[in-house]
Amino acid sequence: MVPGRSRIVGDSPVRKDAFEKVTGKARFVDDLSVEGAWVGRTVRSSEAHARLRAIRFDPAFDWSTVVVVTAADIPGENVIAAIADDQPCLVDGVIRHAAEPVAVIAAPDDRTAGEALRHVSLDTESLTPVLDHESSDQALKSYEILKGDVERGLAEADLIVEGTYRVGHQEQMYIEPQGIIAIPRQDGMLVQGSLQCPFYVHKALTRVLGLAGDEVVVAQTVTGGAFGGKEEYPSMIAAHAALAARKAGRPVRIVYDRREDVRATTKRHPATVRHRTGVMRDGRIVAMDVEVVMDGGAYVTLTPVVLSRGTIHAAGAYRCANTRIRSRAVMTNTPPNGAFRGFGAPQTLFAVERQMDRVARALGLSPLEVRRKNLIGVGDTTATGQLLTDSVGAREVLEAVATAGNVELRHAELENKPRVDGAHLARGLGLSVYLHGAGFTGSGEAHLRGKAAVALGRDGRFEVQVGSTEMGQGARTVLAQIAAEELGVPLDDVDVVTPDTSIVPDSGPTVASRTTMIVGSVVREAAAALGAELGAAYPSLELRAAAREHAIERGPLRVLREYRPPPDVRWDDAAYRGDAYPVYGYGANVVEVEVDLDTLQVEVTRCLAAADVGKAIHPQLVEGQVQGGTLQALAWGYLEELVLKDGRVQNDRMTNYLIPTTLDTPPIETILVERPYVRGPFGAKGVGELPMDGAAAALASAISQALGVEVDTLPATPERLLDLVRGSR
Amino acid sequence: MIHASTTAITRPRSLDEALAALEKSPGAVLLAGGTDLMVAWNAGERHLPERVVDLWSVPELATIGVAGDALHVGALATHSRIVGSPEVRAHAPALAEASRTVGAAQIQNRGTIGGNIANASPAGDTLPVLLAMDATIVVASRARGERPVPADAFWTAYRRTALAPEELIVRVEIARDRPQVLFRKVGTRRAQAIAKVSMALSLRRSAGGAVEDARIAWGSVAPTPVRARRAEDALRGKPLDAASIGAACAALPQDISPIDDIRSTREYRLHVAMAILRRALSGWVG
Ligand SMILES: Cc1cc2nc3c(=O)[nH]c(=O)nc-3n(C[C@H](O)[C@H](O)[C@H](O)COP(=O)(O)OP(=O)(O)OC[C@H]3O[C@@H](n4cnc5c(N)ncnc54)[C@H](O)[C@@H]3O)c2cc1C
Repeated sequence: MVPGRSRIVGDSPVRKDAFEKVTGKARFVDDLSVEGAWVGRTVRSSEAHARLRAIRFDPAFDWSTVVVVTAADIPGENVIAAIADDQPCLVDGVIRHAAEPVAVIAAPDDRTAGEALRHVSLDTESLTPVLDHESSDQALKSYEILKGDVERGLAEADLIVEGTYRVGHQEQMYIEPQGIIAIPRQDGMLVQGSLQCPFYVHKALTRVLGLAGDEVVVAQTVTGGAFGGKEEYPSMIAAHAALAARKAGRPVRIVYDRREDVRATTKRHPATVRHRTGVMRDGRIVAMDVEVVMDGGAYVTLTPVVLSRGTIHAAGAYRCANTRIRSRAVMTNTPPNGAFRGFGAPQTLFAVERQMDRVARALGLSPLEVRRKNLIGVGDTTATGQLLTDSVGAREVLEAVATAGNVELRHAELENKPRVDGAHLARGLGLSVYLHGAGFTGSGEAHLRGKAAVALGRDGRFEVQVGSTEMGQGARTVLAQIAAEELGVPLDDVDVVTPDTSIVPDSGPTVASRTTMIVGSVVREAAAALGAELGAAYPSLELRAAAREHAIERGPLRVLREYRPPPDVRWDDAAYRGDAYPVYGYGANVVEVEVDLDTLQVEVTRCLAAADVGKAIHPQLVEGQVQGGTLQALAWGYLEELVLKDGRVQNDRMTNYLIPTTLDTPPIETILVERPYVRGPFGAKGVGELPMDGAAAALASAISQALGVEVDTLPATPERLLDLVRGSR
Repeated sequence: MIHASTTAITRPRSLDEALAALEKSPGAVLLAGGTDLMVAWNAGERHLPERVVDLWSVPELATIGVAGDALHVGALATHSRIVGSPEVRAHAPALAEASRTVGAAQIQNRGTIGGNIANASPAGDTLPVLLAMDATIVVASRARGERPVPADAFWTAYRRTALAPEELIVRVEIARDRPQVLFRKVGTRRAQAIAKVSMALSLRRSAGGAVEDARIAWGSVAPTPVRARRAEDALRGKPLDAASIGAACAALPQDISPIDDIRSTREYRLHVAMAILRRALSGWVG
């Protein structure tokens, strides 16, 4: 279809899930009333590293009133299936972090379950934990990307600029904590809950329960946010609930409260990134040598792929002939880190963007000039040697924020402003530009071959059947828009079914900014094929009429399609070279701050966010993604800090792990850039993660200018800034 | 969570009934808005008591008004009502300002000044203001009737108060002729933030400009809300100039004893306390 003709794509209709959510009709997992359901609670370790000798059950409690599940009750394998299969479902022998599940207790009600929990103790023998990733020597994965000759590039450079950057954990803090209900059935197990990836949970359950694929059904309930946090951990909770349900012979629901959720579930990986950059006097970068260390936590989980994305993004949105990126993820005795919006890229992009400011300062150039000189564009190659051929909005997003933010002038003005003794406020401006690979890394999409179906129902309406989940981001609406546009029917004629592994095909997980771009393209193909079939059956009828006729005369019709990776996308997994992603989204930020010199509190006074999303299928939702992601990035930059002591989370509540309130949210001026991607549906590229990538660096840069220091560690809390300011005197 | 089977709740309808209930079972926990208690119970930080006396329906405790030379704020006055009260705004605007920074709207609708005072957290936002205003906290028991306690003598140690087991807080009295108070709260974010440092400051100056009286009170920098008496002394009798301001700031570290905790560091708190005191004194007008 010609983009100019579309009425549904590019418009911002009311979200499909708006009414039920706004009116409180939406049923979250904790709201479901399930006959005879018991409550499950988790017994956890409190030590970071120990040998588990025994679990003690205090005889003062009447254990006949509850059901207890330990590792010994697992009928299948004691493993939460992931990349390395190293994480047990319940500890059997060695405790590796301080919130590790050891047993599950199911009871008729909350109170009994809580009582029981208080009567369990662990008999352990302490082991010495590794708590700091910089001192861990247990690498679980490493990569090396080589392009050109970095040593020669450094030797030829006029100047070598070095910097070390550190970022901390980040908690997803979705509104709805994690929860699952498991319902035993004659022929297996039904599991429903708040989750991102029903087929991940499905696979994990078959392994733990020792059941066949068709004996396990996983269905999503209305999900109140995820941000990556419900990508892998729901497999753990589902396994616990299912084991308890199996033993109790009745449904068991496990819903975490906020504290348990913050203590136990996955977070963004802390990281340390070192840069050595060779530059010429004229501002050209001739060598980039980058070293990345990420903290994987106690188990492998998704860390290898998080590290992979972080590694590939470590050179940022710049062209450089000689690049070396060496990365490793190490294990520590802390709760495993995992998926979080951006998936490793925010960490390394923060570092490279701060490094670009250092380069600018070293050369006496403005941050904008240095970026303009080295920005990647069509015809350039990335660190992995990927030649960029189209849909490259890097220049547009940078120039868009530069113009709107009057960056050239403002930056110079603030730079040259004299410092006044006793002044109350200091101002600064920061800039960032970045890219984000859309879809799975490397050969991921080729291996996965995500499927999607579009079906005509008996009522003459259409249904999109995908495994992709709605978690607040708007997938249900956008996928319906794509199908409706392609079929040429009103949006109301198209529904997207709630993912249920017994109904929908496996479209792959709802991660990696891939849902609109990858799954959406398969949905579009399926819709086109269905439309063609209806057209062929009733050539004289309009599609809507043909659909009704077909439904009445011949019944329902369903077309299934699967993703075919473009033949010219090539990736060499062994050498880590080639087309790392089918395409990239591009983003840029300008952040202006005012720092209170008495308290070192930072206020963002202006924030611009430009995003090249290919095509905004639903501009309002895209803007929502950009604003929410930008805020999350700002907060990671100055506010959010997870405090661990002896490997235990100290601030496990919303009263001490602080996220921004409305009053802390600056107006975020969004600029959408559309450089269509020919293979995306209607030109769309992924947008979910992109806005998480750059605002923290722009913020740190603005604070750096305001205070005359270099902010290299996040979050830039007032306490850290005080140390920096004192150190610079 | 409250389990009715283990906790008996009494709901008096008058001050007399409340005092009687308390006399009958001293040590019963008084419940006002519950915004401190419910959190502590739910988090397991406090055990559920056997007896709770719920003050929410005692009308005498809820009034705000002027009586003679003083502003009277009932213990059950919520932060929302304090913020909205014309009397408070007229006679003690800094108290309204402090109440406005407590939690957010929902908390302000339930949380009371009596609860803030009795909870005795060093971070309680109204407490430094009450100290700076030289407020009187009027408590009462059935046996002894009313007993005025100066704010200066109310918070005795970390989370300890001068309140006896059979007593409750009836109201706060603030003299109407007090000089204005400047309130400053430094939190981690702009709303819903517990203070890392808070300051309430009042000065009375002679016609000649010398400081006749200074009250400088602090939150979150000691086990209790505290006055900075050495800093106050450094100002008293002096003109407000670079020398006296410098002396007051230099004396401040001996008045306060901030610590490292989950919200901030000792270093930061000291720095900020001195910086905001200097800023406030330097910009002082009137
Ligand atoms: C989300 C949240 C945010 C908050 N933010 C802030 C903040 O920013 N600043 C701040 O200062 N506080 C804050 N608080 C704490 C709390 O809201 C205040 O301390 C509030 O004023 C307490 O009043 P209450 O009526 O709810 O007290 P309650 O919880 O009912 O009682 C607190 C204590 O006071 C006792 N008590 C209550 N009334 C009397 C009385 N008349 N006589 C004797 N004893 C009495 C109770 O027995 C109990 O020990 C916050 C709380 C929450 C949950």
